[in-house]
Amino acid sequence: MDLLKEAEVLRKVPMFAKLEPSKLKLLAFTSEYQTFEDGEILFHAGDPADCAFVIISGEVEILAKTDAGDVVVGVLRDNQIFGELALLNNAPRSATLRAKNRLQALRITDEVFLKLITENPEVALDLMHQLSDKLALSHQQVEALQSELHRNGS
Amino acid sequence: MEPSIFKFIFKYSRREQILLLLVTAASFPFLYVSLDLPKIIINEAIGASDFPQVLFGYELNQIHYLMVLCAFFLALVFINGGFKYFVNVYRGVVAERMLRRLRNQLFSRVLRFPLHHFRRQSEGEIVSMITAEAEPLGGFVGDSVALPAFQGGTLLTILVFMFVQDWVLGVAAIALYPMQVYLIPKLQRKVNALGKQRVVQVRKLSESISGVVTGIQEVHAHDTSRLELADFSDRMDRIYGVRLEIFRLKFFIKFLNNFIDKLTPFFFFSIGGYLVIKGQLTFGALVAVLAAYKDISAPWKELLRYYQIREDARIKYELLIETFGPQGMLDESMQTDEPEPMPTLAGELVATNVDLRDEEEADTGFASGVTFRFDTGQRVALIGKGDSGKKRLASLLAGVAKPLGGSVHIGDVALAESPETVTGRRIAYVGQEPKLRSGSLGDNLFYTLKHRPLLAAEYDGEAKQQFVARMAEAAAAGDSEHDINADWIDYAAAGVAGPNELNDRAVDVLNMVDMDEDVYQLGLKGTIDPDEQPELAAQILQARNALRDRISDPDVAPLVDLFDRNRFNSNMTIAENLLFGTPCDDRFQIENLSANDYMRKVLEDMDLMLQFIEIGRKLAAVMVDLFADVEPGSELFEQYSFIRADDLPAFQSMLTRIEGVASEQLTPEDRSMLLSLPFKLIPTRHRLGLVDARLQVRLLEARHAFAEGLGEHKGAIEFFDPERYSPAISIQDNILFGRLAYGKPRAASTVGTLIGEIAEKLGLRRSVMQVGLDHQVGIAGSRLSPVQRQKIAIARAVLKRPDLLVIDEATAAMDGATQTKIMEALFREFKDRGLIWVLHRASLGREFDHTLVLDGGKVVEQGRFTDLDKPNTVLKELVMAG
Repeated sequence: MDLLKEAEVLRKVPMFAKLEPSKLKLLAFTSEYQTFEDGEILFHAGDPADCAFVIISGEVEILAKTDAGDVVVGVLRDNQIFGELALLNNAPRSATLRAKNRLQALRITDEVFLKLITENPEVALDLMHQLSDKLALSHQQVEALQSELHRNGS
Repeated sequence: MEPSIFKFIFKYSRREQILLLLVTAASFPFLYVSLDLPKIIINEAIGASDFPQVLFGYELNQIHYLMVLCAFFLALVFINGGFKYFVNVYRGVVAERMLRRLRNQLFSRVLRFPLHHFRRQSEGEIVSMITAEAEPLGGFVGDSVALPAFQGGTLLTILVFMFVQDWVLGVAAIALYPMQVYLIPKLQRKVNALGKQRVVQVRKLSESISGVVTGIQEVHAHDTSRLELADFSDRMDRIYGVRLEIFRLKFFIKFLNNFIDKLTPFFFFSIGGYLVIKGQLTFGALVAVLAAYKDISAPWKELLRYYQIREDARIKYELLIETFGPQGMLDESMQTDEPEPMPTLAGELVATNVDLRDEEEADTGFASGVTFRFDTGQRVALIGKGDSGKKRLASLLAGVAKPLGGSVHIGDVALAESPETVTGRRIAYVGQEPKLRSGSLGDNLFYTLKHRPLLAAEYDGEAKQQFVARMAEAAAAGDSEHDINADWIDYAAAGVAGPNELNDRAVDVLNMVDMDEDVYQLGLKGTIDPDEQPELAAQILQARNALRDRISDPDVAPLVDLFDRNRFNSNMTIAENLLFGTPCDDRFQIENLSANDYMRKVLEDMDLMLQFIEIGRKLAAVMVDLFADVEPGSELFEQYSFIRADDLPAFQSMLTRIEGVASEQLTPEDRSMLLSLPFKLIPTRHRLGLVDARLQVRLLEARHAFAEGLGEHKGAIEFFDPERYSPAISIQDNILFGRLAYGKPRAASTVGTLIGEIAEKLGLRRSVMQVGLDHQVGIAGSRLSPVQRQKIAIARAVLKRPDLLVIDEATAAMDGATQTKIMEALFREFKDRGLIWVLHRASLGREFDHTLVLDGGKVVEQGRFTDLDKPNTVLKELVMAG
């Protein structure tokens, strides 16, 4: 059954690893299976965020806008989830994402995703981990920048 | 309006009331005879012995005589009943007509209220006054003359009879009337005061309810439902208090009446009895008087009751008059006078000493006098802060409000003295929050062209008679005699010859306000009747073929799953695959399929029944597995589950019960339950692997068998036919003639663009937009976005081709590009006509020929924008502020 395979993919996403099998299946059932052709844009930076994606197979390139045009700054691969953080604060998309080769993905709508985190503490906890890691990282960066500023100023 | 309800009755229903009175009077002799006849029957027919009697020259024996008198009696019963019937029906007619007249007067007054009055008078109160409060007044009008005349006449007749019998006892019977006549009005006055209070309280209640309904979002957003309930409860309590007091008094009055009513017999028994025993009165006389007294008590009570409802009606009418006669109401002629010829508003606009305060501020602050002039051939911008008076000035220049002082002239026309028939046709005003009405988009667009009926509706045969009767009744009730079914659209005003050209013009105007794409999209989702629009249907079929050619492109092909009678479509439900068409009624709706005998027969014949039940069993197991832990209220059920939350436990217990039981051996009930599930399955969407290639082939066979054996159900399905336009599905679906593939995010936009290109090429776009005009906008236009509503409001203002268009920040909610686009289009359209625009951003004024800068209710700067946009001007400050 396709649903079982998809649930298997979802289980490999760290955030969902601890979910019960029936909840994984429900997540798979309530998400939309989508395919993208090579070079197809998933979303543009600045678009409103209404869903998250989990890659089943294929790759996704993260593009950053520079003066020299779009530059690939990262690549996402199998079993990775993306786009979910923007759902938490209703922020627009922070980057443009483009399919590389043929991409198969599960699209999880914001409603389903938000329901998932409110009802499953383990998922919420994982998200918190992610967020605190990001916070710590940016904190370090700020400190580094400050000390540099200090050095240059004195 | 007439100051009292009696004047109102006298003025408008005098003739009817006199007729009622005459008929009532005519009924008394018959009533009298019918009362008298029993006595004759008993005394002369049954009790007498001198027969034969001579009647009309015939000799009659006792039996015949009795029978003839009884026949008379029967005839009188009919006649009296007939009188009652006629009087009651006619009273009802008078009541309804007068109610209609009253409501017409109230409503026409609402249409003429000065606008500021609506700030004090809530919608809820007005509604409750015209509907609920007016209602009992109509009933009273019907009773006002007939009831006292009838009951009073009856009372008088009987009293006369009693006095004729024995005047002493007659006096005794009415001895206590003076007491009642003295006491009851005293008590009634208290009831009246309370009645007034109650009316006011109920009005406040309706105001509060309508306030909550319009602001329902605020209640949800701020969790104030308990506050609203408490407020409601408080209001109900107050009404209860007043009502209770009214009940107490009313029933006390009733008690008093009853008491007095029974007190009289007490006197009869005690004093009359004493006299009989003493031998000063005959026994027979006492009995006669007692019987007669019983007869007069009913009409007397009715008269007292009439007095009470009369007082009630009087108060209600007075309260209505108070609220429907505000200061500054428009004169009726301002809405009815048709000037000949219709003046054109062109030339110079001259404002002299115009006071910019509104009526609310009339008693506060100082009168402001604004004086300026400009040529209406220019584009004029009004700039200022929100409270500068620019909006008030705009509504004065548009003639929708009247200044407290000063005057506005355009050419030689004084706006304040011009009737609405001039200002409402030659000037268009668009405010910031235009209001649409429920109905179609077209209805709302053409609203500005409907000033009076221009082309009478055609009626034949019975419809014509009904129409004539309808109009006669409206005339009798003093209501509007304009036929709502006539064609009200003023084509000439829109500069077109007829309906088709008007639609064409509407499309042009929608282009101007950048609403064309929206209406085109709405049109695509609309449906048409191919019998009524065969050319359009043919064009759509052409588009269908053109699209099919484009879809053969391998880039596009995977995005669409076309309808093909000989191919299974995995992007449709199993039900749609079997029907291969759209159900036209309930019989073959998806939720009824499992119970439909014909569908069941097809499944049996094609040997698919068992397989369907097994698929149903698997689906049930999946749903129970997935949704057992989901809370019943969750939207997940609504959106994704095949089984409703309420039904899930039943399926759960069934599955446990039938575990290990072969599907052939299930009870009919279990089979039915399971059979309802597979129809909803869409293979590509649900990805449950339940529909393999073999089953697809068999479903295809079943599809053909279903269509062939349809028999009596022919017509219940509109089949997907590549050569025919289907009225059951939207234009878009007719062009697509297939389904977008699931899981291809670019399908919708790619195919949408393709359809757009084809529609453009075939010249279909305009026709589709015209279908879009039939789109229902919902209550107050709620199914359109605020920006769409603004665009419609501008479009309809343009459509009536006014001499002067006043736009009051009506584009404020739109993005910059759209605003510029609309502004440029309107500049072109109003090249030689007047255009006044209240700007929400001062910098937009650059595009205008003339600028008025307002501050604190005064025009502080005026002239060309470039001349004013200099250091230290108010305009500069406003431009800098954004």
